[in-house]
Amino acid sequence: MARAAVSGGLNRRLAWHAARLAEVVEETPSARTLVFDVPDWPGHLPGQHVDVRLTAEDGYSTERSYSIATPADGTRVALTVQRVDDGEVSPYLTETLSPGDVIELRGPVGGWFVWRSADPAPVLLIAGGSGIVPLMAMIRARREAGSRALFRLIYSVRTPEDRFYADELRTRARDDMGLDVGYVYTRQAPEGWPTAPRRLSVADVNNGGWPPDFQPACFVCGPTAFVETVADILVALGHDPRRVKTERFGPTGS
Amino acid sequence: MDLFSDEYTDGNALAGPLRELFTVDMTSAVGRCVSCGGEGPVAGMKVYAQAPGLVARCPSCQEVLMRLVRGPSDAWLDLRGTMSLRIPMPPE
Amino acid sequence: MKLPPGQYLTEDFPVLTAGPTPRVPTDTWEFVVVTEAGEKHRWSWAELMALPSEQPTVDLHCVTKWSKLGTSWQGVSLDVLLDGVDTAADYVMVHSYGGYTTNLPFEDLRNGQAWIAYRFDGEDLHPEHGGPARLLVPHLYLWKSAKWVRGLRLTDEDEPGFWESAGYHDYGDPWREQRYQGD
Repeated sequence: MARAAVSGGLNRRLAWHAARLAEVVEETPSARTLVFDVPDWPGHLPGQHVDVRLTAEDGYSTERSYSIATPADGTRVALTVQRVDDGEVSPYLTETLSPGDVIELRGPVGGWFVWRSADPAPVLLIAGGSGIVPLMAMIRARREAGSRALFRLIYSVRTPEDRFYADELRTRARDDMGLDVGYVYTRQAPEGWPTAPRRLSVADVNNGGWPPDFQPACFVCGPTAFVETVADILVALGHDPRRVKTERFGPTGS
Repeated sequence: MDLFSDEYTDGNALAGPLRELFTVDMTSAVGRCVSCGGEGPVAGMKVYAQAPGLVARCPSCQEVLMRLVRGPSDAWLDLRGTMSLRIPMPPE
Repeated sequence: MKLPPGQYLTEDFPVLTAGPTPRVPTDTWEFVVVTEAGEKHRWSWAELMALPSEQPTVDLHCVTKWSKLGTSWQGVSLDVLLDGVDTAADYVMVHSYGGYTTNLPFEDLRNGQAWIAYRFDGEDLHPEHGGPARLLVPHLYLWKSAKWVRGLRLTDEDEPGFWESAGYHDYGDPWREQRYQGD
């Protein structure tokens, strides 16, 4: 039988791995970073994601995709998960899963929405909410690789309390040469913030991004509607659509 | 949230399911739509995942470009809406 | 309470869709039955509303493994609509606004087994659940109950519809767990 004939070594399709939760970092009141230990992890590129599979005792099984938050680090794989209140998976990952627990994980996957540290082009990162996660992996990888590519991050978030990695981004904006970090608050701004809460605008992208002439690599990640608005703004400002890479989290982000 | 929003995601969500079938990443592959001739990466397709299978549509004309159904012992991949796929091959 | 094999109970009404939700105004809506001889029968929305309706309470079984029990609908029985249709067809291809199709045997639409439903739980059927009208054929997996239904093509041969041509079963009986081709 054909199936039996290929099973001797050639059958290397991507398989599910057991991932043991090693560490938990609280990021916001409703999000946490889960650091898993995955034996045989082959490494990954910043921007890649994993598929997570949960199986209940009665056999019911469900899958979700989560971006990896950190550059490759041996067998460690860190995911930052935002709790979606009526979600099926994220409440379990953010409230129930405890160190030592094992889930199934498949990856790394995705080869398009990735930043390669050898690329010297300036980079514009635009995050909506938890869309910051794969972009943070790029920011972290940049410094680790000693890249001098100029990075600008525009991070649209509902309230200051909802920011992921706030302290780290503050430190990196100071210490990582060539990294700029800007925020847009959509519901509630910090005390003394110069503008009232509002949605990301053309002016934000124009002022906080790079001129199209610089031919930056643009990475946009967030909810579907946010990503489409931002991608339209970038193209309207003159950016080459092929340089605008997008990742949307739709209904499967729960 | 708009109750009636048409919730879709994009072709990045196909990375895992397609990587189960192919040995190279398929989200970077550039496809051409049979219906409108539009060209773009698999990652940029509109993907409807809340369905019995994954349905990838052309972001320009909504034509169904790809369908992937995963059963317990078989996967079905339908590409009739895709004229061709240019797949970047990693160096040996 | 008994569920078909492999199904889980849900209280929600999950929304599954293979594409954008069509918005079909009832003043342009029509339902068309085309026989194997090419004879066409049309109903406007007003004509559908003028037909006697029924209020079935049925269980729904989705192939993605959720089941929802005791759902209340209002619609016109296919027995009423097919009453004056001269046909000896064995199969039906159901067509929807938005391009969706699904196939089933003609006899599964007859004898009180199927409706063109336009109200759910006492309210007009929301577009996300298939409004203004959907096929309701609850003894088969729910993908057969085509949302946004616009017509039936009666045929002598069975042809695969949207999901049936991508691995799903041509009949889809939940009690025999006919999910995929070959089940």
